[in-house]
Amino acid sequence: MFTSFLIKYAEIGVKGKNRYLFEDALVRQIRYALKKCDGTFAVSKTQGRIYVDALSEFDFDETVEQLRKVFGISGICPVVAVEDQGFTQLGKDVVSYIAATYPDHKQTFKIAARRARKNYPLDSMEINAELGGVILDAFPEMRVDVHSPDILLHIEIREKIFIYSVIIPGPGGMPVGTNGKGMLLLSGGIDSPVAGYMIAKRGVKIDAVYFHAPPYTSERAKQKVVDLAKLVSCYAGPVYLHVIHFTDIQMYIYEKCPHDELTIIMRRYMMKIAEKIAVDTGCLGLITGESIGQVASQTMHSLAVTNEVCELPVYRPLIGMDKQEIVEISEKIGTYETSILPYEDCCTIFVAKHPVTKPNLGIIKKHEKNLAQEIDTLVQTALETKELIVVEG
Amino acid sequence: MEIYLDNSATTRSYESVAEIVRKVMVEDYGNPSSMHMKGVEAERYVRYAKEVIARNLKVNEKEIFFTSGGTESDNLALIGTAMANRRAGRHIITTCIEHPAVLQTMHYLETQGAQVTYLPVDRTGVICLDDLRCAIRRDTILVSIMHTNNEIGSLQPIAEAGAMIKSINPCIAFHVDAVQGYGKWRIYPKKMNIDLLSVSGHKIHGPKGIGFLYINEKTRVNPIVFGGGQQKGIRSGTENVPGIAGLGKAVEEIYANLEEERSVMYALKERFIEGVRLIPDIRINGPAGEKGAPHVISVSFRGIRSEVLLHALEEKGISVSAGSACASNKAPKPSDTLRAIGLEKDLLDSTLRFSLSVFTTEEEIDDTLQTLYDIVPALRKYTRH
Repeated sequence: MFTSFLIKYAEIGVKGKNRYLFEDALVRQIRYALKKCDGTFAVSKTQGRIYVDALSEFDFDETVEQLRKVFGISGICPVVAVEDQGFTQLGKDVVSYIAATYPDHKQTFKIAARRARKNYPLDSMEINAELGGVILDAFPEMRVDVHSPDILLHIEIREKIFIYSVIIPGPGGMPVGTNGKGMLLLSGGIDSPVAGYMIAKRGVKIDAVYFHAPPYTSERAKQKVVDLAKLVSCYAGPVYLHVIHFTDIQMYIYEKCPHDELTIIMRRYMMKIAEKIAVDTGCLGLITGESIGQVASQTMHSLAVTNEVCELPVYRPLIGMDKQEIVEISEKIGTYETSILPYEDCCTIFVAKHPVTKPNLGIIKKHEKNLAQEIDTLVQTALETKELIVVEG
Repeated sequence: MEIYLDNSATTRSYESVAEIVRKVMVEDYGNPSSMHMKGVEAERYVRYAKEVIARNLKVNEKEIFFTSGGTESDNLALIGTAMANRRAGRHIITTCIEHPAVLQTMHYLETQGAQVTYLPVDRTGVICLDDLRCAIRRDTILVSIMHTNNEIGSLQPIAEAGAMIKSINPCIAFHVDAVQGYGKWRIYPKKMNIDLLSVSGHKIHGPKGIGFLYINEKTRVNPIVFGGGQQKGIRSGTENVPGIAGLGKAVEEIYANLEEERSVMYALKERFIEGVRLIPDIRINGPAGEKGAPHVISVSFRGIRSEVLLHALEEKGISVSAGSACASNKAPKPSDTLRAIGLEKDLLDSTLRFSLSVFTTEEEIDDTLQTLYDIVPALRKYTRH
């Protein structure tokens, strides 16, 4: 029955002169998302609206599912398009639309006609009134309610006539690619994929870095991170995943620094390395899944100490969230099940029984001096031997 | 360097097995139930494999039923027997070191009203026959004991157990999970009083997804899979002809020089154990020498997490297993078998299994030992405090 979708977009509508940039990006992202669906589609931007027209057979549910992952879309309206064959025929079409969409037809309704093609014989007020009459005749149990109707039936008179009344909510946000690029520190946990999702939702393209520590972390742990990147890329588009071999650096810190400071010093080096890759690849900030107080390395004190190594801004979209709230999002976006697979990541393997929770920057810096001899070479080697995996959802 | 020492997880197929599987798939691909020539040809492979296996076990061909492997054979044996005998009684005896295919099935049967006794094992992983005698009740319908343990290679006194069970009550069905023992020993169900015997193809250099269950013709077993009534209705579903042909071939090959190859494997095992004893602070689990299986060696390395050592060996091209591979993709939980033999708590998570096959060479054993000498001290330097 439905052959088209009218795409409603969220905040783009309020943009000024840049509006076309956002709209074009949205069209691009929609086209990209629909590549994964069966069928061919035309995506067009006309008079401040975006339409998706199916040019062939297509799978309605699959298509809606894909569109619901495109940031920037606030609503998806499945549309029935009919040829203009006079008002009597339109009345019949509307009646059969209601019969098919609302099988019990007992609701209240209101018609919202819009006459974009001005040579149509009736104006929008007349269409509202006439069609209302047709519906009341066909379904005596339905009633008109112009204030809060159950069904708001849109009739748009264009080359063809569009009928729609259902709005399927989209994810909101802004089209990916309209807001620069960020480097996500991706681990195998629950938080970091959620952080990536949330920043991508604001239109930011996502690259990612993962710290791999063989033999302490396994090939399957790495595969899990690739799988998580893939799930994020269902929303964020292709993700460039940089894999850093971190074992030597970790061992060196383990050897030279106090054990209870291992995690915090390690995280400082992770941030440094991530920032270097970010700068080299044109990212404008780092993204982490940190949340205040969740673990020893995420207290305010620890965050301040890790943050100190970076010049790029560090975005922490989960900073004020509780674990349960984060879990809820990860379940919603489909990363939770993968995140809880039991493979160790490099943050947990050598963690001390009682890591420092209130590290002092001065002391940490003093202990980092023990690393002076080799650490730069090790970091350099890690950067040179990094592996790049392009992940597409 | 590629050294595969995880043969208790699965084995490399014989070339001849791969050849016959391919031939059946692309040339003789008929359905044995079809009436035309293609079907008849396919049926010949099934018959031939059945003959080979029946001869090998000295049983009747009618007593061999093909399944998808060890797990299904165990399920069919246990659930099928329990269902068929549910009026006779509901008590079942097994051991606490069985493979999950048996233990989990027992847990399921418990939810269905069965009462299960789990026999303990000694420090080498062997049951005590007196325990078995005491456990048998008037309403015992089934005893299930594994032939060779998959984690530590302990061997159970199967023939003695069989004789004891039958002397107490000949109606009790005796099931043996021989997934790790078949292809290492000659097993004769009739002489050992075994009524049900589970075997898997891929542990004996055959294909995955195929196995068989021997069912004594006097033993009553209800089917657990329903459909077209193939294999006398005990296991419906079109026969996996390529797998069956491959399994038959693997049985022929592995039993051709069994004793000879087994002594080579024992020698390799001894060589490895002698070498590994040079590393301080290790423990060899399971029975020593020929009291254990020729192919399974379980070693605990104090102070090193097994997963780390496993991946460090993997980096050098050596594949081994931590505990049992069948459970390794789930949440790491200490192995039932290792706990049952009373392994100290801090060694549970520090235990690796090295398992050999007919393809293992002396050179591979020596290279593995050398690699262990190199990496074990290095890994012991970095431990969690």
